[in-house]
Amino acid sequence: MNKDFVEGARRSLPILIGVIPFAMISGVAAVSVGLTLFETMGMSVLVFAGASQLAVFQLMGTGSPWIIMVLTAWVVNVRFMMYSATLAPYLQKLSTWQKAVLAYMLSDQAFGVSLSHFVMTKQEVDHRWFYFGSALLIWVAWQISAIVGALLGSLIPASWGFDFAFPLSFMALMFASLRDRPTVAAALTGGTIAVLAKGLPYNSGLVLATFLGIATGYLVESLKSPQGTQQ
Amino acid sequence: MSTLSIWLLFIAIGLGTFLLRFLFIYLFGKIEMPDWLRRALRFVPAAALAALVFPALTHPAGHLDLSVNNFRLLAGLSGAIVAWKTRNVLLTILIGMLILWSLEAAFAMP
Repeated sequence: MNKDFVEGARRSLPILIGVIPFAMISGVAAVSVGLTLFETMGMSVLVFAGASQLAVFQLMGTGSPWIIMVLTAWVVNVRFMMYSATLAPYLQKLSTWQKAVLAYMLSDQAFGVSLSHFVMTKQEVDHRWFYFGSALLIWVAWQISAIVGALLGSLIPASWGFDFAFPLSFMALMFASLRDRPTVAAALTGGTIAVLAKGLPYNSGLVLATFLGIATGYLVESLKSPQGTQQ
Repeated sequence: MSTLSIWLLFIAIGLGTFLLRFLFIYLFGKIEMPDWLRRALRFVPAAALAALVFPALTHPAGHLDLSVNNFRLLAGLSGAIVAWKTRNVLLTILIGMLILWSLEAAFAMP
């Protein structure tokens, strides 16, 4: 096996401590909103993005329309655009389908492990193999753990209120994304507008709130630094 | 939801998410991400996640409830402190759920 592929997988082992339970929670959550084991596996493979999957489950629980679920999931996953733009220089000289496979496996963790290694290491490394090793290990661990979670989930009664795990997990992810004043402004605006606009039809307040939150963050940052410096 | 609409939902989300992951790896060297988009993207997680969290705490039964009888609001605020201090997803879920269950066990109407 390629040594950089092995190295990428090896360096991703510690992060599985976070990946495995989160994937299991997504499996438990899928079953708790009434998905079958097969549907849970299908979603895990087709979407492979935990936070957006949990967002969809929360919206399914409140009976939101289809289009709002799709838009919300896309918005939650828009961060992948940033990752893919950042990793793009390292994943070149590949055929389109090879790029497609590597892109499909992109996760927060594969991005974090790979990029930090690429930036820090002084050794010669084939970035594509390293990233592939990291992303594939995380993908496999995620899929297996999601199935285990779905099997365990059928044992958890609905009366436990497990759906409350959704907002709790978003809360932790939200706090992790607060870096400075503009991001805090984006969160406060998004959250407050979502509460005020809760009564809008089709749960459309969610999408409106997100866009106004982004606009507020952008504005606060522009006021602070008119040249648009980055963090 | 019907089985068909569930699968269409997964396919729509999956295709869109794939394109988000693929676009700039594929387009590298052809099109750069415009600066305004890069700046705006930075605020997406904070804004989108807050928009999911806040109403789930203030509207647990579909209507606004800011009273002390809203256990999800109380447990959520406790979870916020854990999330803020640790940024750990599992610990936030664990402590938030434990507080919700404790409140329900202690104060819930029979």
